[in-house]
Amino acid sequence: MLEIPCPFCGPRPEVEFRCGGEADIRRPADPDRCSDRAWTDYLWNRTNPKGVHRERWWHVHGCRRWFVVSRHTVSDTILAVSDSGQTAQPQETAADG
Amino acid sequence: MRRGRYSFAALVRHALSGHRRWPPAWRRREPKRAYDVVIVGGGGHGLATAYYLAAEHGVRDVAVVEKGWIGGGNTGRNTTIIRSNYLHPESIALYDHALRLWPTLSLELDFNIMFSDRGVMMLAHDLHDERILKRHIHANRLLGVDNRWLSPAEAKAFCPPLNIDPRARYPVLGAALQERGGVARHDAVAWGYARAADRLGVHILEGIEVKAIRRRGDRVLGVETDRGVIAAGRIGVVVAGHSSVVLGTAGLRLPIESFPLQALVSEPVKPVFPCVVMSNRVHAYISQSDKGELVIGAGTDQYVSYSQRGGIQVIRHNLEAILELFPIFARLRLMRQWAGIVDVTPDRSPIIGPTPIRGLYVNAGWGTGGFKATPGSGHLFAWTLAHEEPHPIVAPFGLDRFESGRLIDESAAAAVAH
Repeated sequence: MLEIPCPFCGPRPEVEFRCGGEADIRRPADPDRCSDRAWTDYLWNRTNPKGVHRERWWHVHGCRRWFVVSRHTVSDTILAVSDSGQTAQPQETAADG
Repeated sequence: MRRGRYSFAALVRHALSGHRRWPPAWRRREPKRAYDVVIVGGGGHGLATAYYLAAEHGVRDVAVVEKGWIGGGNTGRNTTIIRSNYLHPESIALYDHALRLWPTLSLELDFNIMFSDRGVMMLAHDLHDERILKRHIHANRLLGVDNRWLSPAEAKAFCPPLNIDPRARYPVLGAALQERGGVARHDAVAWGYARAADRLGVHILEGIEVKAIRRRGDRVLGVETDRGVIAAGRIGVVVAGHSSVVLGTAGLRLPIESFPLQALVSEPVKPVFPCVVMSNRVHAYISQSDKGELVIGAGTDQYVSYSQRGGIQVIRHNLEAILELFPIFARLRLMRQWAGIVDVTPDRSPIIGPTPIRGLYVNAGWGTGGFKATPGSGHLFAWTLAHEEPHPIVAPFGLDRFESGRLIDESAAAAVAH
């Protein structure tokens, strides 16, 4: 189980959190004009790196705020945490599919 | 009698020499500079693909490139469950194609894969489970695939250790039973395909890692490995949890995320568990191996990871549910726990077929349930590689479905909530 350093509450066990998937995904500004390929990329394609992954976490059983974690996907080591997730658009379905 | 064939006579002959002269099941080969077809990934699906290419399509200049050893990846990490009770006609056709190949596979490969059609029973714990399982039963029966509804008493008769007390934490309201379903020995499946493919001239290259896919423009040229470049006009990427990594080297982005999926086995006990039981609601699936161990499958972690470990809370949740359903196992000790990395697609259906790069084919995204499809996946992917167009059964599972929107949503049939 991960120990996740919530930028607002400090380190807490993973069971208090929900993972919101890859960070930095931007909805195309004008969906009517973007190509099917660009829309597919936004909707479904993911970086899924074997390396450092920037991902959004939600402290659902704590402060209920979103933030961004940089984690290495081989060692699961958390390298950095920032609260910049507050400015991103939450994707409602990404967390629990 | 063909040389090297497994038989009673061969057993007697080798017994006289103390079983010291059995030849290796497949040969160690030096990689050639070029092949007609290179299969990346020596798991069950990749080996099956190579076997059927050679056996059914006459394509024998084939190499299977495996970074580890045969059967060391997800092929040896799954819980070996075989069934075809999916929801949509496309999926039922795909998985039942595989299920129809299982019963005669030992004979075809001359290798005992220990297929046992002991029946797969999926439990309903509430009204929603009951409705979705019955919907699956009706969908299956309309297409001639066996699946039937059992009352709690009938479920208990089929699987005596099951607790059907209506006051239980997870009461059993009924179950869907696919009697043609069952289990097989997963290592033997990989070994059997490797041996049969080797006998047809396929090169099985273990311990060689593909570092990158080489392409020029929209045409594939070969693979870069840690033993040099291997040229091939057709490449099939069948790498389970590493599809994004390998295909990323060709510049492709996939609708796939990789998660650890855990399984565990108990100490061996006498035969006590006659079938496979699955519960989607509580993320539990359980059967007993021929060695006597209970083989238990749990859920995935919630975050992308290649760690092959998995969180303790996932198996704790799983075992709490297992013990509610089967209280007789409360004193049993567990021997081993592990995780495999599963590549999960948004609609929980696999991706099989061509890519935007000519000559480059993908067979990926089997998520949490690829083992059951091993023979069918290899059979249809070999056809696809040989004809350079998707086989009609796999055509709906192309990468293009994410752009067209024709998804095949099997999240309820996939049996593991993600």
